[in-house]
Amino acid sequence: MATLDSKIPSGPLAEKWRKHKTEIKLVNPANKRKYEVIVVGAGLAGSSAASSLADLGYKVKCFVFHDSPRRAHSIAAQGGINAAKNYQNDGDSVHRLFYDTLKGGDYRAREANVHRLAEVSVNIIDQCVAQGVPFAREYGGLLANRSFGGAQVSRTFYARGQTGQQLLLGAYSALSRMVGAGAVDLHTNSEMLDLVVVGGQAKGVIIRNLVTGEISRHSADAVILATGGYGNVFNLSTYARGSNATAIWRAYKRGACMANPCYTQIHPTCIPVSGDYQSKLTLMSESLRNDGRIWAPKKAGDTRAPAAIPESERDYYLERLYPSFGNLAPRDIASRAAKRICDEGRGVGSTGLGVYLDFADAIKRLGEPAVRERYGNLFDIYHEITAESAYKAPMRIYPAVHYTMGGLWVDYNLMSNIPGLFVLGEANFSDHGANRLGASALMQGLADGYFVIPYTIGDYLAGQKPGSRPAADAPEFQQAEANVRGQTTRFLATKGKQPVSHFHKKLGKIMWDRCGMARTKAGLEAALQEIPALREEFNASVNVPGSADTLNQSLEQAGRVADFLDLGELMCRDALTREESCGGHFREEHQYPDGECKRDDEKFGHVAAWEYQGEGKTPVRNTEALNYEFTKMSLRNYK
Amino acid sequence: MVAASTLKTFSVTLRVWRQAGPAAAGAFVNYPAKDISPDMSFLEMLDVVNDELAAQGIEPIAFAHDCREGICGTCSCTINGKPHGPGKGVATCQTYMRSFSDGDTIVVEPFRARAFPVVKDLVTDRAAFDKIQQSGGFITARAGSAPDANALPIPKGDADLAMDAAQCIGCGACVAACKNASAMLFVSAKVGHLGLLPQGQAERDRRVLAMVNTMDTLGFGSCTNQYECSAACPKLISHDFIARMNRDYLTASLRSAFKPAPANTGGGAA
Repeated sequence: MATLDSKIPSGPLAEKWRKHKTEIKLVNPANKRKYEVIVVGAGLAGSSAASSLADLGYKVKCFVFHDSPRRAHSIAAQGGINAAKNYQNDGDSVHRLFYDTLKGGDYRAREANVHRLAEVSVNIIDQCVAQGVPFAREYGGLLANRSFGGAQVSRTFYARGQTGQQLLLGAYSALSRMVGAGAVDLHTNSEMLDLVVVGGQAKGVIIRNLVTGEISRHSADAVILATGGYGNVFNLSTYARGSNATAIWRAYKRGACMANPCYTQIHPTCIPVSGDYQSKLTLMSESLRNDGRIWAPKKAGDTRAPAAIPESERDYYLERLYPSFGNLAPRDIASRAAKRICDEGRGVGSTGLGVYLDFADAIKRLGEPAVRERYGNLFDIYHEITAESAYKAPMRIYPAVHYTMGGLWVDYNLMSNIPGLFVLGEANFSDHGANRLGASALMQGLADGYFVIPYTIGDYLAGQKPGSRPAADAPEFQQAEANVRGQTTRFLATKGKQPVSHFHKKLGKIMWDRCGMARTKAGLEAALQEIPALREEFNASVNVPGSADTLNQSLEQAGRVADFLDLGELMCRDALTREESCGGHFREEHQYPDGECKRDDEKFGHVAAWEYQGEGKTPVRNTEALNYEFTKMSLRNYK
Repeated sequence: MVAASTLKTFSVTLRVWRQAGPAAAGAFVNYPAKDISPDMSFLEMLDVVNDELAAQGIEPIAFAHDCREGICGTCSCTINGKPHGPGKGVATCQTYMRSFSDGDTIVVEPFRARAFPVVKDLVTDRAAFDKIQQSGGFITARAGSAPDANALPIPKGDADLAMDAAQCIGCGACVAACKNASAMLFVSAKVGHLGLLPQGQAERDRRVLAMVNTMDTLGFGSCTNQYECSAACPKLISHDFIARMNRDYLTASLRSAFKPAPANTGGGAA
């Protein structure tokens, strides 16, 4: 059994981080250059961590599978980033952001982590503005804000509908500065295929160059994974096609615990699916819910055009069910409500899997130019995909997989249960509990990279003798490399009949049906039969053409889908074991009569951290109790 | 969750550039693309063709893609001679098959530029853009040292114009569209974004000199003001930023030439 010590500092909640920073060990400036740190991933968390650590004087190697760090999928975040600046004078505070985030996560996150996140949120905005991130401004020149789901204040900073892009370009520019200065050794087109553990500590990685196929070993004093989430288990999602779980999954197989894998976020406002060739679902930012009103026909099977349905026959169901938050109810709640409407036969569009997001009132109130200024680029995207104008008719939207709250288990220092292995951003499980609020992912990625890891990594490195990292030809490295080469050879030698995409689509369908917005014991048990059978079929009949020593996108996909097959099974196992409903995890057996989540704090007020036991063996479920010292776990209410 | 599209399918012929590696010779090869839905994206059509090629034992066409929503800048084909295809202000991934008709032959090739060597088939190496950024495309701001974000009000007009430039997705279509393979639109967008903001003033001269010099050494051509770049840009970034950068470059060059030399080298105030 793994030991899961959260290392939460003692003392009052608001003092914990400040106190911790003054008590943890430091590495002296002259020694920093003797330590080498590997950062895998270059999204918000990875780029900000790599540049900040290099700025401190550590030797940093950064690996990214994209052809440039600027392409990481943080770039696609649209709506904004939260910070407790209270620039609007509307009653916001660090405590309120903390409380909203903890409640938004349905009381399944750690108090201390969430409070730290709220504290450093204010520094993030300062940092980004200093880097030249062009946030939206008012005519007086000060920063503008808007509101997002699950909050009753306006604390979201934004850059048109491209906030993630601008924040990533800020972090990328900081990383570029350090690469130019020779302080970061950047490796693009480089995918991590194994973690190397020496003497129980993470000391290196095995990398495949995606262009040349070359496999290389890299040793370091510490390894940071900032490789994002695993939503592509579902095949169809708002993730980029390349987003994958390989780095965290291979670390899991080396002993890192995987926490709460069943906590997935299904975003309520995405463009509905149009056909089975589809590769990608496109998000329509939550910010649209500031001015758009969500509705469905009151009558089941109403196929009239939206304009022909009179006001009295429309059901603005979020406003009806959640009057105090209305259209800005949190994502899990809004998604489930949309699913219930469609299950009742009231869905719209040719598939019946959609509801309306209507801007007619906003256009009447503000005028079309003002709506265009706020949301023009999103309306354009909608038009490109559907060939429909949202200025003239309501958008059709449906929930889609968007984010994973689960991830590798980390302590308060963001270190996993393998010493020396740190996990940042979406790849870890730490801050969002069972549901993430809108505009909090960007906040967490940058908090981890700019303001947490630069302090906490020192505490670990100070205990490592300078120059003590193993050589890259140590037996552990050779074994890990052989492991990677073996897998590549197996894929290429199978020469089956079906392309990798065939298995990915099948897995995605199992996951969506059995482990999506609503889960049941019977469904999850069925999935635990179906997935191993699919894996067997994959191993026997996958077709991976081409060779290993060149750019081979089929080979890349094969490795990622193999990992998704394993991870999907673990997600179902986790969802089956968690006999309660909370946030994004909804078990039909556990609900109140009005369809809301029924938590069981007594039995499940804990983190489930799964520990790998070897191929084909059932993993061990470790738990970390969530001790709420300052907040009461109460019923989450948005009515 | 999937239902068949109500629209009719159609067929096209793809004429695709195949090249096994950077040093190999390339050639166009024709492939049929059958039963294409007009609601498919161009890249989804390539996915379908690739699965068919693999089933026939032909290696799939390598193409660059990732976010498939027009923001990451990874996708990069030239379609019928136009970088990112027929649509205005969209990337290849946002190009839908409804832009084509039954029986069309669609020519697909990589972005062509000396500074973007072909890696394989439709994939090119655009690391030159990263090198330009590394030479000066930043504002130095160490984490932990930033003043309060509202301490420095920025006129909305300046912030909006900086954002217009900052939207660049770094795809390289501007280079592929230019007969000289110039990177002026890309570089000027970054120089414009950072130079318009008060935070960017301290490094303004150094930035424009370094980025332009790096661009020149990496094999990009010169600008001859034809504006093919802004016409092909998926974010419709204005070529006015090129004029702005030229002014910045001239000013910075003059300032650096007339900077007083330190006293110990014979210059300085008397």
